[in-house]
Amino acid sequence: MTTVFIPATLRRLTNGADRVNVSGETVGELIDALDERFPGMRDALVRDGDLVPHFAVSIDDVLAETGIDESVGSASEVHFVPPLGGG
Amino acid sequence: MSERNGDETPREYRVIGTRPIRHDGIDKVTGRAVYGADVTLSGLLHGKVVRSPHAHARILSIDTTKASALPGVKAVVTGADFPTAEDHDEKIGEGTTNPRYLSENILAHEKVLYHGHAVAAVAATTPHLAEEAARLVEVQYEVLPPVLEVQAAMASGAPILHPDLRTKDGSGTSPDGETNVAQVHRFELGDVDAGFAEADEIVERTFDTAMVHQGYIEPHNAVAQVNPDGQATVWCSTQGPFDVRHLCSEVLGMPLSQIRVVPAEIGGGFGGKTTVYLEPLAVLLSRKSGNPVKLVMSRAEVLQATGPTSGSHIKIKMGATKDGTLTAMDAWLAYEAGAYPGSPVQMGAMCMSAPFDLENLRIAAYDVCVNRPKTAAYRAPGASNAAFATETVVDELARKIGMDPIDFRLKNAAKEGTRMAPGNKHRRVGCVELLTAARDCPHASTPVGEAEGPKKRGRGFATGFWVNAGLQSSAILSINPDGTASLVTGSPDIGGTRTSCAMMAAEELGIPVEKVRPNVADTDSIGYTDVTGGSRVTMATGLAVHDAAQDVKRQLCERAARTWKCPEDEVRFEDGGVVSLANEGERLELAEIAKKAIRTGGPIVGRATVNAQKNTGSAFGGLLVDVEVDTETGRVDVTRCTVFQDVGKAIHPSYVEGQMQGGAVQGLGWALNEEYVYDDEGHLQNDGFLDYRMPVALDLPMIDPVIIEVANPAHPYGVRGVGEVSIVAPPAAVANAIADATGVRMEDLPMSPPRILKALHELA
Repeated sequence: MTTVFIPATLRRLTNGADRVNVSGETVGELIDALDERFPGMRDALVRDGDLVPHFAVSIDDVLAETGIDESVGSASEVHFVPPLGGG
Repeated sequence: MSERNGDETPREYRVIGTRPIRHDGIDKVTGRAVYGADVTLSGLLHGKVVRSPHAHARILSIDTTKASALPGVKAVVTGADFPTAEDHDEKIGEGTTNPRYLSENILAHEKVLYHGHAVAAVAATTPHLAEEAARLVEVQYEVLPPVLEVQAAMASGAPILHPDLRTKDGSGTSPDGETNVAQVHRFELGDVDAGFAEADEIVERTFDTAMVHQGYIEPHNAVAQVNPDGQATVWCSTQGPFDVRHLCSEVLGMPLSQIRVVPAEIGGGFGGKTTVYLEPLAVLLSRKSGNPVKLVMSRAEVLQATGPTSGSHIKIKMGATKDGTLTAMDAWLAYEAGAYPGSPVQMGAMCMSAPFDLENLRIAAYDVCVNRPKTAAYRAPGASNAAFATETVVDELARKIGMDPIDFRLKNAAKEGTRMAPGNKHRRVGCVELLTAARDCPHASTPVGEAEGPKKRGRGFATGFWVNAGLQSSAILSINPDGTASLVTGSPDIGGTRTSCAMMAAEELGIPVEKVRPNVADTDSIGYTDVTGGSRVTMATGLAVHDAAQDVKRQLCERAARTWKCPEDEVRFEDGGVVSLANEGERLELAEIAKKAIRTGGPIVGRATVNAQKNTGSAFGGLLVDVEVDTETGRVDVTRCTVFQDVGKAIHPSYVEGQMQGGAVQGLGWALNEEYVYDDEGHLQNDGFLDYRMPVALDLPMIDPVIIEVANPAHPYGVRGVGEVSIVAPPAAVANAIADATGVRMEDLPMSPPRILKALHELA
């Protein structure tokens, strides 16, 4: 099972849990699995078939290039993090 | 693009790590470089923007009759000329943009929200006529009370900037209803209460930092020409021509293919030239008049109406055990977004704990609208404010426990695997190596000495962290018949990146860097390339250059094999030429292959595009600073300064040092002098460089750079971004030095003489 870390702002959906183990081969499948257990998660993370603009996804501490289509491993850690920019 | 496996063993370089003369040096020192304001076209008109004298007011009417009637005036535009822009967050370039807010910031539609907010624009045959016409535009306002500070803007009953704004807070804990709080971000790790229970020492303080401007020397400018078929060309000073294209497309409702953006030479940006102000206006005015139109801001316009970075209000509490282990952090941050949502508070919150291995933290971060200009990115956006709080409190904790502040930081230093505030872990980083270098440097072991009379000396240190961006880049590398090369990228050069990219191409091709001519192309002449920002160009565009060079080398091998009539797997590129593996000693130099390209398949052109999200390498910086505080006048002089930075690999060490020194200087300006000063009605009082006090050479000692190279494992040369992190540490380092000198803990930026004197009097 993949460990998904829940952003602090979304822990109201997981009854305060900061990490949840779910199954899925892609980030999108993980979000679907989260949404089944914690309704509202998909709306909070996905818009128009992609991650909402204020989140990027990190898999095993590497930013994912393809967003919700990125493959994940069963022992992976997944984080939803702020998108990185700068000046 | 897959993740790279950086060289674990140092590679011998011929070009990388040397200090060649920059390719654009002659043009710049002789005045031949063409900046946006230098662009001139046949029939060029001159534009002028009409700006609000009020910080907060409802626009009752705009009468352009007199302005339009002035002879020589060819076009007048107001907010009514903009199509209705969509009201949603959209990913554009490196960040998110709300097209409606962007449109209203370019020209106010119903309300003006800060002193200097644009309300109309004119185009006329001469600059003087344009100024006269701007004065003839009659705007009727209903003046509203302004709110200028975040705490006041968050208070019940505060004047509301956007009646339809509701707080975005995924936690569901923010009240619904009218507000100036645009968004709340939260990070939580571990058990904060348990962490504080474990602490032997706890320090809790509240900090305020001032709104400051990027201070680039070249004001914003734009020239636009719209043809009768609707095709527009825009010349401008920008860090991101593709962003300008996209943002103009959004607010003007034009297809991307109708807009070509030509990035002129750029006279500084520091993040402030990653959005648009004048470009859409120039397009509108040109479309309306039928002539090309040029707009150039004055310094006052730049300071009044273009992106400063946020002032902020920060509460922080941290705890540590007697042995010097940090146990918990609890922080609350509110940043000025300016007139429209979008401060860098989230990045500040994310970075503030990153230099430390902190298992328990709770951070709440508020993005707050106030009647000031909409903030824009500024070198490590948001990080300096937050580090001022964290690094001051860490210094105080160390001294309370009786540890050297650098040793304390070393004991708690972030390493590979340390979790950051969002929960993800650092990859290979150089925080420990940086702290070790700071502890062991000659500056640290030299006594700070005693000053005379009322002056006191002290030494301070602080660290800073910045994430660095990856994003997308393109490169085209063409081999000329004489064996030289033309390199084209889409990254405007604000820090010497033409040369650093040329050096990487030269390294791979095995030719001198002088034989590579680097060019920055317009949006129709190179593949999509994200903004020059986030310290990303040498890392990400450099990656595209590296890959384009591999493409060239593959083609050179193919041509050599064709020449020798052998299979391609019997040749190899080696030291600037191709060698035969079948016949020892047989070799074709790159120039020989290039000369015969017409006979072997035509031009040799390598190309590459990258999404470098996986290749980023975070950066740590640090500043060790000595100050002399005059306790009678409150003046603080910086007497010695050493800046440290983990750069991964310095491609051109001189430019890396320049970035380190430049960021340190800007950070020292934040620390000691710079601030936006408004009167009670919200009028900016210091909209010129005489009154907005930036550091000049006479204010500063030599800033000694110490480069630390801990390779980024995801980059072929180990490069990390180098452009931003050096601005993060200076405010806290100076505050810690002042505390060392006087015993006073400064909580407000800038630490200008009046504030120093006030703090000294309070201590007494």
